[in-house]
Amino acid sequence: MDFLSNLALGFATATSFANLGFCLIGVILGTLVGVLPGIGATATIAMLLPITFQLEPVSSLIMLAGIYYGAQYGGSTTAILINMPGESSSAVTAIDGYQLARRGKAGTALAVAALGSFFAGSVSTFLVAIFAPPLTVVALKFGAAEYFSLMVLGLVSSVALAHGSILKALAMVVLGLLLGLVGTDIYSGTPRFIMGIREYADGLNFVAVAVGVFGIAEILRNLESEQTREVMKTNVRNLWPSREDFKRMVAPVLRGTALGSALGILPGGGAILASFASYTVEKRISKNPQEFGRGAIEGVAGPESANNAGAQTSFIPLLTLGIPANPVMALMVGAMIIQGIVPGPNVATEQPALFWGIIASMWIGNLMLIVLNLPLIGLWVKLLTVPYYVLFPIIMAFCSIGVYSVRSNVYDLYAVAAFGLLGYVMLKLRCEPAPLLLGFVLGPLLEENLRRAMILSRGDPATFATRPISAGLLLLSLVVLIVVFLPQVRKKRDEVFVEDN
Amino acid sequence: MTYLRLAGLSVGALCAASAAFAQGYPERQITMVVPFAAGGPTDTVARLVAEKMGTDLGTQIIIENLGGAGGTLGASQVAEAEADGYTVLLHHIGMATSETLYRNLAYDTLNAFEYVGLVTEVPMTVLARNDFEPADMAAFIEYVKANGDSLTLANAGIGAASHLCGMLLMQALEVPLVTVPYKGTGPAMTDLLGGQVDIMCDQTTNTTKQIQGATVKAYAVTTPERLELFPDLPTVAEAGIPAAEVSIWHGIYTPKGTPAEVNEALSASLQKALADPGIVKAFADLGTTPSPAEDATPAALKEKLETEIARWKPVIEAAGVYAD
Repeated sequence: MDFLSNLALGFATATSFANLGFCLIGVILGTLVGVLPGIGATATIAMLLPITFQLEPVSSLIMLAGIYYGAQYGGSTTAILINMPGESSSAVTAIDGYQLARRGKAGTALAVAALGSFFAGSVSTFLVAIFAPPLTVVALKFGAAEYFSLMVLGLVSSVALAHGSILKALAMVVLGLLLGLVGTDIYSGTPRFIMGIREYADGLNFVAVAVGVFGIAEILRNLESEQTREVMKTNVRNLWPSREDFKRMVAPVLRGTALGSALGILPGGGAILASFASYTVEKRISKNPQEFGRGAIEGVAGPESANNAGAQTSFIPLLTLGIPANPVMALMVGAMIIQGIVPGPNVATEQPALFWGIIASMWIGNLMLIVLNLPLIGLWVKLLTVPYYVLFPIIMAFCSIGVYSVRSNVYDLYAVAAFGLLGYVMLKLRCEPAPLLLGFVLGPLLEENLRRAMILSRGDPATFATRPISAGLLLLSLVVLIVVFLPQVRKKRDEVFVEDN
Repeated sequence: MTYLRLAGLSVGALCAASAAFAQGYPERQITMVVPFAAGGPTDTVARLVAEKMGTDLGTQIIIENLGGAGGTLGASQVAEAEADGYTVLLHHIGMATSETLYRNLAYDTLNAFEYVGLVTEVPMTVLARNDFEPADMAAFIEYVKANGDSLTLANAGIGAASHLCGMLLMQALEVPLVTVPYKGTGPAMTDLLGGQVDIMCDQTTNTTKQIQGATVKAYAVTTPERLELFPDLPTVAEAGIPAAEVSIWHGIYTPKGTPAEVNEALSASLQKALADPGIVKAFADLGTTPSPAEDATPAALKEKLETEIARWKPVIEAAGVYAD
């Protein structure tokens, strides 16, 4: 009953005329910046922070939260339409979403992404409302050893991201891991592989790498021949998913929601894995795994749901512990403090209207997003009919602005250029960018937690096997390894007789 | 003809501007560089102060977050910026410690900046996980001395406030604890809450709510006086380790060569901002107090920076940690 009255309080707060308005402003802004390639939620919230000083605390946080998940929706739009992911989660969406767009099914992909996200967002919002405190207890059980084993599981699974050669996928993962080493070693303070450039002391910028290897590389390839683009704009049809498409997306959305909700509660980087993990699972259990990478609906529906579910549940550490799980959350904390609310473990009891208002607004925001986005799909798809010689310079310009806005660092722009060329070479060699990005994201987490676990255990590697959660995750990695490699080995023999397309 | 007239006009305008520099200051918006990410404790302090100073000066003060390399990237950009009073830097204790932590700093700390004034000195708290055995600070010191090498001490990365305080604590207690660095306060605090690590010393901006929520055990404060916020917590001096006294002081700087009148104008505005009841309240919520007017002056900040550089040099060298 307590829960119901709390939720009623939340909805009463969130549905006040002003708060509905701020929620709407937030999600519209979020969608718009998400759609601009490279410009993400972090930069936007940082820019808008001063405006929120004048607002009521609840209103300003509702608006900022709206920007956050609005940008998640918008980010998948660019990933699908122009292969330009703005964050790690939409990198997965780009794999199959962009292929769908190239086959003229951009509208379907966008609709599937939006519907999946809405469902996942609704379910995970209720999870946050009902289970936030007990889930926090679980999250706190995760120490360095557990995170290390979780990252191992993520890396092992990442091989499944590739739809070509396993060897090339492994090579890309390793290259990504190496790129992730650039920056300052947090344990000794020694700069590594920064070539004397202090601007890289905190590592390469993820957005720069992602925009380069995915987006710029794709632009270079499109400029080779206008032909592939022609198919995209003349074949625009199927704005709405067919009955068949709906059937195919139901199960992946359910699985993605479960996976994303679970991983999102881990403040040490669980949410990063959500969409990658979902893609891996969908590809493994699909009856037609060969479709993945060539435009499988499941490859968009699952990861998009997982991503959005993770985005909602990653509010849990912030709301129950007062600890931000990612840079966007850190900005929200900054906004709260400036409003005179210092978030901590008691925020739910001290500020019930704020706490429950934000939770209720998440659901309302998701509802607004779906209402807003479905009609917009037609408009986004029309963008593809803009002549490419007009479109690509605009994309490049926005990319540059977006990447620069993340940390005001010119060297990040040089990185975009360099990784654009690298991505083009990789395209020519038929190496895929997704495993590289996963290696790049997980590498630093893997190293950090490995070394921390070893420090905490005084150098005893048995810690990974004696802590039950860690041991369980490592066992699971072993199972995945076997499941991934056995069929591959078997298939190799069959493939000899199949002509490679 | 038109061009000539325009050129003449602008030359005239330039002359007028330089003559009336101090009186006219500020004529446009001021950029305040914060060398850390948006949303962090330093950023919060900067935004609170910048808003009030801007209102007072009749202009807008824009916060620019130029994070990276422990705050030295942002500081070096301000060192190279035009000395016209429109680029200022808000930095914390790291301004003094990076002089020793970074052996190849791009600027000469004592000669690259002018001074505006001190903003606040944030107290630090000595914490442990909630089920840590010792009941009070005396028992804590005894316990840590007895079990030193089996205890872990978390910090938020090299050069972070928690790292500095941890170094001081270990040197004052003469025990080497197992140091566990994290990437920022968030993950370090999470592991302290989860009982994965034993001890941490961090700013009240990060710890107040956790202490009030009883999710961690607090033992002492690192200020010379007890805090109003936690009257039951003894100071480190009371506990017999005055050498562990430390606060995270924040100051505002301008590039070398900025006219003295400009620094004075900024300082006067800073003093007004720090006396504002809204700021006092906001700072109190964070567990800190604004610097008194006599400290919010160029001379006081200059002296603070010099003494702190001298103080930290031997501490950091003894610990043998560098960030380059």
